[in-house]
Amino acid sequence: MNKIQHTTELNAFNRRRFLQGLIGGTGLSVISPVGLRADSHTSAHTEAPSVLVDVTRCIGCRQCMRACKNANDLPDDTELSEGFPSSWDHQELRFDQWTVVNPVTGCNGDGYEVTRNVKMQCMQCLEPTCVSVCPVGALTKSELGPILYNADRCIGCRYCIMACPFDIPKFEWNSGMSPVVGKCQFCTRKRLAEGRLPACVESCPTGALKFGRREALLFEAHSRIKSHPDRYINHVYGEREAGGTAWLYMSDVPFENLGFKSDLETAPLPTLTWEVLSKIPIVAAAMAGLFGTVAWSLNRQEKDE
Amino acid sequence: MSAGWIFIIVCTVSLTWAALCLAYDRRPRLLRPITAITVVGIWASATWTLIRRFTEGLGAVTGMNDAAPWGLWIGTDVFAGVALAAGGFVIAATVHIFRIERFEPILRPTILTAFLGYVLVAIALFIDIGRPLSWWHPLVMWQEHSIMFEVTWCVILYSTVLAIETSPVVLERLGLTKLLKLVKITTIPVVIAGVILSTMHQSSLGSLYLIVPGKLYGLWYSPLLPVFFLISAVAGGMCVIIVESFFSAKILKRSLESSLMVDLGRAASVILYLYLAVKFADLAVRGTWSLMLEPNLQGGLFLLEMLGGVALPAILLSFRRVRMLPRGLLAASLLVMAGVVLNRMNVSWFGMSVNEQLNYIPTWMEIALSLGFITFGTIAFLLAVRYLPVFPKTEGEPSNEPSFWVLTK
Repeated sequence: MNKIQHTTELNAFNRRRFLQGLIGGTGLSVISPVGLRADSHTSAHTEAPSVLVDVTRCIGCRQCMRACKNANDLPDDTELSEGFPSSWDHQELRFDQWTVVNPVTGCNGDGYEVTRNVKMQCMQCLEPTCVSVCPVGALTKSELGPILYNADRCIGCRYCIMACPFDIPKFEWNSGMSPVVGKCQFCTRKRLAEGRLPACVESCPTGALKFGRREALLFEAHSRIKSHPDRYINHVYGEREAGGTAWLYMSDVPFENLGFKSDLETAPLPTLTWEVLSKIPIVAAAMAGLFGTVAWSLNRQEKDE
Repeated sequence: MSAGWIFIIVCTVSLTWAALCLAYDRRPRLLRPITAITVVGIWASATWTLIRRFTEGLGAVTGMNDAAPWGLWIGTDVFAGVALAAGGFVIAATVHIFRIERFEPILRPTILTAFLGYVLVAIALFIDIGRPLSWWHPLVMWQEHSIMFEVTWCVILYSTVLAIETSPVVLERLGLTKLLKLVKITTIPVVIAGVILSTMHQSSLGSLYLIVPGKLYGLWYSPLLPVFFLISAVAGGMCVIIVESFFSAKILKRSLESSLMVDLGRAASVILYLYLAVKFADLAVRGTWSLMLEPNLQGGLFLLEMLGGVALPAILLSFRRVRMLPRGLLAASLLVMAGVVLNRMNVSWFGMSVNEQLNYIPTWMEIALSLGFITFGTIAFLLAVRYLPVFPKTEGEPSNEPSFWVLTK
């Protein structure tokens, strides 16, 4: 039932247009990163392929973790590979583990301790900080949204790890000369290009993950909240955080109690550095003029004497 | 593991003792062999660290992790190293742009110090980036929205500028007068380029942290971070010149250019007062000043940095009596240097940790490599001073006896 629903969503996405943009986007983005400025493409924001996570529907089976590893050729933990996980150990994101689901216990609105399963992966920011800080364009935003990583460009400076407001990218610390940075890339290269859903969404047995256009998912989230104000808190996480993300969360427990970062700026972070960077040419030119004049006039004065 | 830490403590104590002996003109017979053994020990362990870093990865030798992707090598060696090498552009501008030619005698040693500093910073970066063989990528794969991209370009260009500014020392020694003339013609434009590049990347190291308003503690995060990094680098760079002149005078048995040092001390004091004023205005405007009274690690470190590394030396240096005293000047300058180092550690490490939960503890191997950088730079400087015309010939009496400090002989 859910699978059918998802496929219809994807069809409604206007597949041809999506594929054209995607292929053009990945090809172009290798050459020049797009979409770093806040005002650059609002329509791409509403169209962005997105996922709505309904925390109340997640049963914590970790099928998505397994599907992610298989789809991206990442080493599969034995613990995860045989049917349901044998233990419920806390799992961390790693360079070779791009999504995790962990049970988190926190206070709900009525003050009761409840446990919810929280999926974590790259949030796919609309104005990605990692893309803006990468000095070599190893991280790029493909035209339709997802942020891709290209190890052939990466120098391993780890600024993306330092700067990410959600602490998502992870580093391969035990490789001597060619470590990589690992994070969810929304299955863009393999699955989306073939018109298939991200592996985690496809594997979800409960419909906790729903794929669609960002605008449509936001509408859906708010109408779910409106029709069940008793079941959900009135906050879609990712709608505004860090300038907006493609992954959207809805929950019955306040997000800060589930370990989500609650103090994020709603303005996109890349503007913070661009405000400084864009002034550099003017400042440099002014300094060159000033110091040039001082040196020249003092030099002449000396010669006159 | 603890053997490594004991080794580091022994090495640090030994180097400090050697510096104190020099400062107080005591030269016990054991000074030279003990220092030599210490340096050899440091270099051996640094080599061991490097071999493991390039074979087993950064995780094998450093305490860095995904929560603290930048450790001691970046946060302290690179950030503080660049800041403390700022004397180069300050003195070059003073002499060549503002034509205050009194400072000419300390120009060459200062430029040499800065050049060696930048060479070490470049080596540290090569070791620290995960994929060192890709170091040249920023040169051809442009991403001009990244502060890191700008810093990389500025550091590479400024290292070139410093190489040109240092070249007369080598050219003179080799007697290449034609080339020397060519370099001298280009001096003023090269110096101006150096000042612009330095201003840009000194401040940009601070701008690297503008992107993490939610992570860097409120006492250090500020839209003025680039300004603070630049001002503190200028003060720190001046104090490095004082410390370096003091010790090279002791080691080379030359007279100290005391009047210049006194002036530098006074200028540093003014800049430190400026830093304090801007810092407290910034805290007041952003309403974060109350954070420094919080009884936590960050509050304490901030007070230590501000009082011990800025206010105290600023006050000390504003007294003529302290400035006229070589060891008083030295002590105040060392405080300023320590303050700059602590500031960079606060921004890159303690300020990025949540309260007392430090996100990272350096390993002894990281410290061994850092000590390796410091000793390597010092010995390279002393060798250069010995064999190249760095100091003006006229000042001080040249001693015929072999230099006491040259360990390689």
